[in-house]
Amino acid sequence: MIENTKCECGHNNPIGTVLCEHCGRPLDEGYSNEKLDKEMRYEGKARRSLTYQSSIIDQVWNFFSSVKIAIVLIVITLIMSGIGTIFPQEQFIPSSSPNTYYEQTYGTLGKWFYQLGFSDMYSTWWFATMMSMIGISLVVCSLDRVIPLYRALKNQKVTKSTVFIERQRISVQQAVSEGENTNQIDELAEKLSSKRYHVRKEKDALLAEKGRFSRWGPYINHIGLIIFLVGILLRYLPGWNLDDYVWVQEGQTVRVPQTQYYVKNEGSTVEYYKETEKSQKGPVVRKYRTKAVLYEKNGSGKLIPVTQKSILVNDPLDYQGLKLYQSDFRAGDLTGLNLSIMDRKTNQNLGVFSVDLSNITSSQIYKVGNLQVKIKDYYPDFAIENNVPVTKSQDPNRPAFLFETMEKNQPKGENSLVISGMDFPNPETNKYNIQLAGFDMVNTAGLMVRIEKSLYIYLFGGIVSMFGLVMGFYWQHRRVWVRIVDGKLYMGAHTNKNWFALRRELSQIGFSHLVKETEK
Amino acid sequence: MTTIMNNLLYGTFIFYFVSAIVFIVVATNTKKRSQRWGKIAVTLGIAGVVIHIGFMITRIVIGGHFPTSNMFEFIAFLCFALVVAFIVIFAIYRSYVLGAFVMPLAVVLLAYAAVFPRDIQPLIPALQSHWLYIHVTTAALGQGAFAVAFVAGLIYLIYQVGSGAKQKHAKYLEMTLVVMVMFLGFSIASLLFQTFGYQASFTHQIEDNQIVEEYHLPPIVAPNDSKAVEVSSFLGFKGPLFETPSWMKGEHAASKFNSVIWGIVVGLILYAIYRLIIRKNLYQLLYPLVKKLDPELLDEISYRGIAIGYPLFTLGALIFAMIWANEAWGRPWGWDPKETWAFITWMFYSAYLHLRLSRGWVGMKSAWLAVGGFVIIMVNLIVINLVISGLHSYA
Repeated sequence: MIENTKCECGHNNPIGTVLCEHCGRPLDEGYSNEKLDKEMRYEGKARRSLTYQSSIIDQVWNFFSSVKIAIVLIVITLIMSGIGTIFPQEQFIPSSSPNTYYEQTYGTLGKWFYQLGFSDMYSTWWFATMMSMIGISLVVCSLDRVIPLYRALKNQKVTKSTVFIERQRISVQQAVSEGENTNQIDELAEKLSSKRYHVRKEKDALLAEKGRFSRWGPYINHIGLIIFLVGILLRYLPGWNLDDYVWVQEGQTVRVPQTQYYVKNEGSTVEYYKETEKSQKGPVVRKYRTKAVLYEKNGSGKLIPVTQKSILVNDPLDYQGLKLYQSDFRAGDLTGLNLSIMDRKTNQNLGVFSVDLSNITSSQIYKVGNLQVKIKDYYPDFAIENNVPVTKSQDPNRPAFLFETMEKNQPKGENSLVISGMDFPNPETNKYNIQLAGFDMVNTAGLMVRIEKSLYIYLFGGIVSMFGLVMGFYWQHRRVWVRIVDGKLYMGAHTNKNWFALRRELSQIGFSHLVKETEK
Repeated sequence: MTTIMNNLLYGTFIFYFVSAIVFIVVATNTKKRSQRWGKIAVTLGIAGVVIHIGFMITRIVIGGHFPTSNMFEFIAFLCFALVVAFIVIFAIYRSYVLGAFVMPLAVVLLAYAAVFPRDIQPLIPALQSHWLYIHVTTAALGQGAFAVAFVAGLIYLIYQVGSGAKQKHAKYLEMTLVVMVMFLGFSIASLLFQTFGYQASFTHQIEDNQIVEEYHLPPIVAPNDSKAVEVSSFLGFKGPLFETPSWMKGEHAASKFNSVIWGIVVGLILYAIYRLIIRKNLYQLLYPLVKKLDPELLDEISYRGIAIGYPLFTLGALIFAMIWANEAWGRPWGWDPKETWAFITWMFYSAYLHLRLSRGWVGMKSAWLAVGGFVIIMVNLIVINLVISGLHSYA
């Protein structure tokens, strides 16, 4: 660090300054041109991180203010993300027990992948830590640089030291005849103005500048990114994020999980592209559609409809931030059976009754003509184990019933077992025979239930970021310093990027030799 | 209408091809009249773009949606984005030599696109959104600019290594070029077999479904645990030599893996033939094209490509992507492999920018990073679709 920060021009600079704040002269003549070129990014101003280094706060600040550290964080994060895609993440695997799935499917590598936490890495603490460190780095790096830069650019002096001008990457010296000084400066000022430079003149010196705002681009971009990251943090507030799922059969009304709302499915349909219906590869789906009504339960427990919508993929129902997405579709769920009763002797059909599978009770009595039928037992997923009838699940995959058929005014009836898809031999003594006559089928919609209150914060952050990026990348900050001293014109120019275009621009105002031969 | 569309596609190809040749002629020619030929080359390139737009319009008219919904359409659009980005950068820097490298790359990309099934498929519900073209086109335009940056970086490397200044890098540069030859080799092989109507197919089980896997190149590798249905003979070769490992689960993983093997084999054969005829490294062959260039300018062009591409890529591949993902899948970000690799690409270019702007990585380092970024984009385009089945299951 430089001890003496007083410049030859008499200005007292803060400790850590590289280029004099007043005249731009390098405070140490020994600096190489590369060093100066690099320092021009922050105008050679003292930065906090390079000035204070003693206390713990300083050291933490210095750690995060280093772009080198920021790059290391970025590179580690991107390598980890890459490793995370070698095998699918847990949410994408067709198994609910990842602890065995990875090893079985991918062998030893899969086992390590799971044990090291890569199988669900984007929600691990270490990935979150990396992202937070990047976030802190964004804040500190930006503050460390933007404040001195802002001060420097705000207080620019027109008359710069000739050493400063000479040592710019683009620099020219020309002889000027006596008494031409003011003319020369005025002429150059006019030419630069016509190139839309903002020109300031002093005696024998000028400073032309344009596109300064583009210097703020990176910082505005970083602010946008910080807003975005804050949005991610806010997701962890209660009620800000909800991710659930609900299956709704046609005609059913079910509670939307984790909310006070109820959703009714008034019909789910699937449509196919006509031209693909007969193709070899099978029909291609055109639309999945669910007509949904959203209800809210009021004080007295009554359901009040609040909104309704035909939900499509890419077009969810949205009620005050609660969103229902068409996510899955299941055709032909069995909801009811139609059964007919036959007289065994005459083979006469005595009538039909229907059983609603979602509403089966032992007290329910189905009336058919003079007969009454009761369900004594119901097996949704019928099987025989050890000679005993059992049900394998509660899904009606193979419903079976034990019916009791009673004639009027008889206390006891006859039992008959009816198994769908099977002709079960009931006792010969039975007078009546119950047979399957048809199915009631409905479609079922799988709806994703989402609340994401941070959405607008993400969006806002994204927009701010884009503003910054466009400002920073599609414009550039160009400056030209001119000074005439002792019959010699010094011209120096600096840009934060696109030197080629700056050279071309300067060649157009009379410094033609600045454009290299190959570029013409 | 379909005939018009196909003719426009062939027209695009021919114009890009001729433009590429004229650019190369201009780059090798030192005489005065090369100025005029240079203009012709650019005009041909622009005409190619116009015809390409015509092709896309007819495809919209026929299919009813913007053509970025499968692998063929996307890569063809990437080719378009590359040429557009080149024309923009050409307008700034007037570098004909850049065209001599970019246009051949565009030709290879279009040929590579044509390898994939070209029929217009109806849009599945998830793709039925305006964001299909807003998101995909913006992201692809960003990638096009990155590709130009890659080409400029590559020229920079050829210049520096060819002039003998950076011999240490020679091996890696040559390897990079050989990988590009493999792309070329694969495209040529595929198009040849397609022209002769080569067919092979296998059946195998994926979960509970019986899947028929179609091949358009002779099967060196068969799907895991599969049975051959029909395999046409190619010079007596009936294949397959082995089966894909079971963890390759992407859609059509086996035939894509087969394609990669073909690319490597044909590329190496082409390279071997080249080395037998011309006993020079590829970069030595290319060096005369670039030796008059100003390396500092090349470095700036490469950076400019990334500076133009980065905001576009951020907008298209991250912001628009999130908006659409939120609409279609109910979440702005889900770490789907394709998303993750877009994130990786973005982080990579962020690192590039910080290294360059803050750590002063210019010249060779910067050029290699530009190459690396393009490799990541290609990984995302090819490997991710090959190995992993995700939500972005194009083709």
